[in-house]
Amino acid sequence: MLAPRRLLARLFAVVGSVLPLALVAGCGSSTMSTIEGHSDLTRSILDIYGTIFWIDLFLFVLVQGILIVAVIKFRATGKETAPPEQVHGNLQMEVGWTIAPVLILLVIAIPTVSFIFDSQAQAKDDALVVNATGKQWWFKFEYPGYSFETANEIHVPLGRQVDVRLQSDNVIHAFWAPQIAAKRDMVPGRVNHITFTADTVGTFLGQCAEYCQDSHALMKFRVMVDTPEDFEKWANHEKQPVADTNEASDGFKAFQGATCIACHAIAGSSAQARVGPNLTHVGSRTRIAAGLLENNEANLKLWLKDPSAVKPGEGRNGVGMPNLNLTDEQITTLVAYLQSLK
Amino acid sequence: MANPAHAVPADHAAAPTQSYFMSWLMTTDHKRIGVLYGLSAICFFVLGGIEALVIRTQLAAPGQHIVDAATYNALFTMHGTTMIFLGVMPMSAAFFNYLIPLQIGARDVVFPRLNAFSFWLFLFGAIVLNVPFLLTPFVDMRVIPDGGWFGYATLTEKTYTPGASIDFWICGLQILGVASMAAGFNFIVTIFNLRAPGMSLLRMPVFTWMTLVVQFLVVLSFPCITIALVLLMFDRLFGTHFYMPEGGGDPLLWQHLFWLFGHPEVYILILPAMGIVSEVLPTFSRKPLFGAPFVIFSGITIGLLGFGVWSHHMFTTGLGATSDAAFSVTTMLIAIPTGVKIFNWLATIWGGQLRLTTSMLYALGFVCMFTMGGLSGIMHASPPVDLQQQDSYFVVAHFHYVLFGGAVFGLLSGIYYWFPKMNGRFLSESWGKVIFWILFVGFNTTFFPMHIVGAAGMPRRIYTYDAGLGWETPNLIETVGAFTIAVGVLFFVIDLVRSIRSTSGPLAGPNPWDGSSLEWVTESPPKVHNFDVTPTVYSERPVWEKNYGPGPGYSLPTVEEHIHLPPPSIRPFYLATGVAWFLVSWLVAGQFFTFGVCSALVAVCVILYSCVSWFLEEGH
Ligand code: HEC
Ligand SMILES: [Cu+2]
Repeated sequence: MLAPRRLLARLFAVVGSVLPLALVAGCGSSTMSTIEGHSDLTRSILDIYGTIFWIDLFLFVLVQGILIVAVIKFRATGKETAPPEQVHGNLQMEVGWTIAPVLILLVIAIPTVSFIFDSQAQAKDDALVVNATGKQWWFKFEYPGYSFETANEIHVPLGRQVDVRLQSDNVIHAFWAPQIAAKRDMVPGRVNHITFTADTVGTFLGQCAEYCQDSHALMKFRVMVDTPEDFEKWANHEKQPVADTNEASDGFKAFQGATCIACHAIAGSSAQARVGPNLTHVGSRTRIAAGLLENNEANLKLWLKDPSAVKPGEGRNGVGMPNLNLTDEQITTLVAYLQSLK
Repeated sequence: MANPAHAVPADHAAAPTQSYFMSWLMTTDHKRIGVLYGLSAICFFVLGGIEALVIRTQLAAPGQHIVDAATYNALFTMHGTTMIFLGVMPMSAAFFNYLIPLQIGARDVVFPRLNAFSFWLFLFGAIVLNVPFLLTPFVDMRVIPDGGWFGYATLTEKTYTPGASIDFWICGLQILGVASMAAGFNFIVTIFNLRAPGMSLLRMPVFTWMTLVVQFLVVLSFPCITIALVLLMFDRLFGTHFYMPEGGGDPLLWQHLFWLFGHPEVYILILPAMGIVSEVLPTFSRKPLFGAPFVIFSGITIGLLGFGVWSHHMFTTGLGATSDAAFSVTTMLIAIPTGVKIFNWLATIWGGQLRLTTSMLYALGFVCMFTMGGLSGIMHASPPVDLQQQDSYFVVAHFHYVLFGGAVFGLLSGIYYWFPKMNGRFLSESWGKVIFWILFVGFNTTFFPMHIVGAAGMPRRIYTYDAGLGWETPNLIETVGAFTIAVGVLFFVIDLVRSIRSTSGPLAGPNPWDGSSLEWVTESPPKVHNFDVTPTVYSERPVWEKNYGPGPGYSLPTVEEHIHLPPPSIRPFYLATGVAWFLVSWLVAGQFFTFGVCSALVAVCVILYSCVSWFLEEGH
């Protein structure tokens, strides 16, 4: 249990974080906070959010204030001899509080409508296009401009517009990176867009926000905002096939032998299946299993031993990665191989 | 109606040789049917509450595994479905049934047997939804509904959810839909045709008005979900592709149909509570409802606008800028009549002589917390903000403020207000106040922090979460709050049972609260035929004006009336069985096709038989 003082401090931190005021406080940290914007999109959302917040606060205090004052002031004493004055209504007041909300709502509606049209305008020609596909329960990311594919971690350059094209070929998912990209659904049969220009270098969290069955809670991703140079470096590296595509190596043979090849692709090799995440550079990702586990030897072993023990529902009903009943020996070889795929 | 013939003894209705059990099974008395609805609603409310407690226990700390993911998903699906369809809706139905005939000075509803039919069908639907809990240990597939309460396609398609879980959900909701539609028509016709002489539409009590609006919403919106569910059933059963893009369908078709029902449904849940509060606040302020016509027209406007806002549940689905803008504006428009109501309630208590009874406390609590829910609603009425709040705990906080702080508190206010009318004696006022404060504090402890975790980015419907995102503390507080609510509900149920069985304690008499509408004319509990003679009404506050002037309020004609009451009948139960059987057959067909289809044919025969015998039944 926390010491009371620390608990209180935490409580204040949390309560404080809900106020737009807290915007000025620390940023760039790994949180899902919706009240911290690091792109043009999320910052303009916060402007509107702020406006509504203060209006709401005013109305809240007004209504609760009247309620409390009335209850204190007009409590029956039990000594009344006659009922109070029977006021049936007052036309001026009624009209007044019908019109006042209209004016208040205009203050909200005007920036709202202009945001809607601005944020859904066609992306610029030089925007970076990323095709994002929701899967049960991971995200596939393709960079058509660079012709490579990766999973669960998307890198974007600082200051350049990004056009994420959201799709799904199974159930509905939602792409939600609160500080960078806000939220939009990945609906089977459609292509949705979310466009933004990131303005802070860092790693930002994202998570699927539309219930998509068993491991919905564990379907996460990360947005890495790089400087333009770092981004180009990363993208050019991702584009390359791995250095070692020697199909006679123990690692690749194990990969083939354990049927991994039926679902995963490794660019430059004969592994070309696209059922699961592309593993070409899996060794250089920070996390595996859709943001759930840190990418290290122990976790890779854990994953290969039994994916459904890590993420419920894996392998059930033909979804996700099945338990392949690998021997410890196979797992050791495979993990070493996967880690070499930098 | 007013037939100056001989008066007939009232107990004419009770048939001679029925057992107590059969008398309930065959009852056509709106008051008894109301009681049946109310008691069932409380049972299901407790069940849904237990589901919520498991959910909250799981989320009390990060990374817990009290239940597994699949169970968790079933629990939140059933919690939502239960609270909406089996808790709040039937509790409102209990009030419609018990009160509408009393408030309009009638002896029963227009179609008493149809009324009984609605109740039995409701009960069968509720059973179908919950039976999977009992089946689970015996079958090796998933059977508890687990697609979320709005059951989005394509997730609910056979490809993604094999098993029978979604079939149970479809079947249960279809049965409930028929029940609600039948009740809806019944009450519309009743309110239009059975009002006491002199009760013009504008003299109707506000609760009756809100009931009328709700029934229109029911009969206009339920067909949308019925169609949506039929199409889903076709997809699952016959391999059509209404919602599957592979075959040219569109998953968003489901969302449009569902929310075209689902948004009016929100008003189906809240308007009855608004009606109750509009009765309770004036009574305990000893003043008329401020601007009653405005309150009524606001209710009608909310109902109408409720059909033009459904896509605000779909701001993130990519409908395009024009659609988002249009639905955002219509949604904001709803804030206007809602605001009007809130200010009218405030003006009603202003300058009154407030008696803070338990019922009044709940009504004041309603105004306080519904306002909170309304204000957070304004936030996600704005699509940019919704792009952050949709499907997060912020939205969970919002709709619990509206549906628990709002609807449930309103209904509790109504229970404390009308219980003495139904029972003849009061619920404990001292316990009532203690329970109110437990619930009020528990409610806010549970749901206020959800705004905070929502703003901190916690998505809804996740069975577990990681530490380090600032979600731990609020979640722990929420769980403590949830158990506080449970304590309050437990006390309430105990006091309710005790009060129903109690034979001591002060008698309520006809008008214990100094109320103003016609139900306070008859004794408590009312006799089977409600009124010995039908009152003639001269004011919108007949009982108040009779006592305090200036007008006569109402008068009781001295002519004796012929009292006709519908005799009890078993036909409604038969017909409900047939209809439920028919729909369950399609559920069975999902697993055993031929058997299911044959069973459906038999069910059609049962339906035909029940209908014919219904038409031929004597005395109706
Ligand atoms: C039936 C298809 C299938 C087979 C066979 C399969 N996988 Fe997977 N694999 C998947 C899917 C789907 C995922 C994504 C699961 C998730 O995150 O929910 C995945 C995820 C992974 C990941 C995590 C990738 C990341 O970036 O998160 C690794 C590593 C992996 N698989 C390795 C292997 C290896 C090694 C084998 C062979 C022993 C193998 N897989 C066999 C389908 C398969
Ligand atoms: Cu998802």
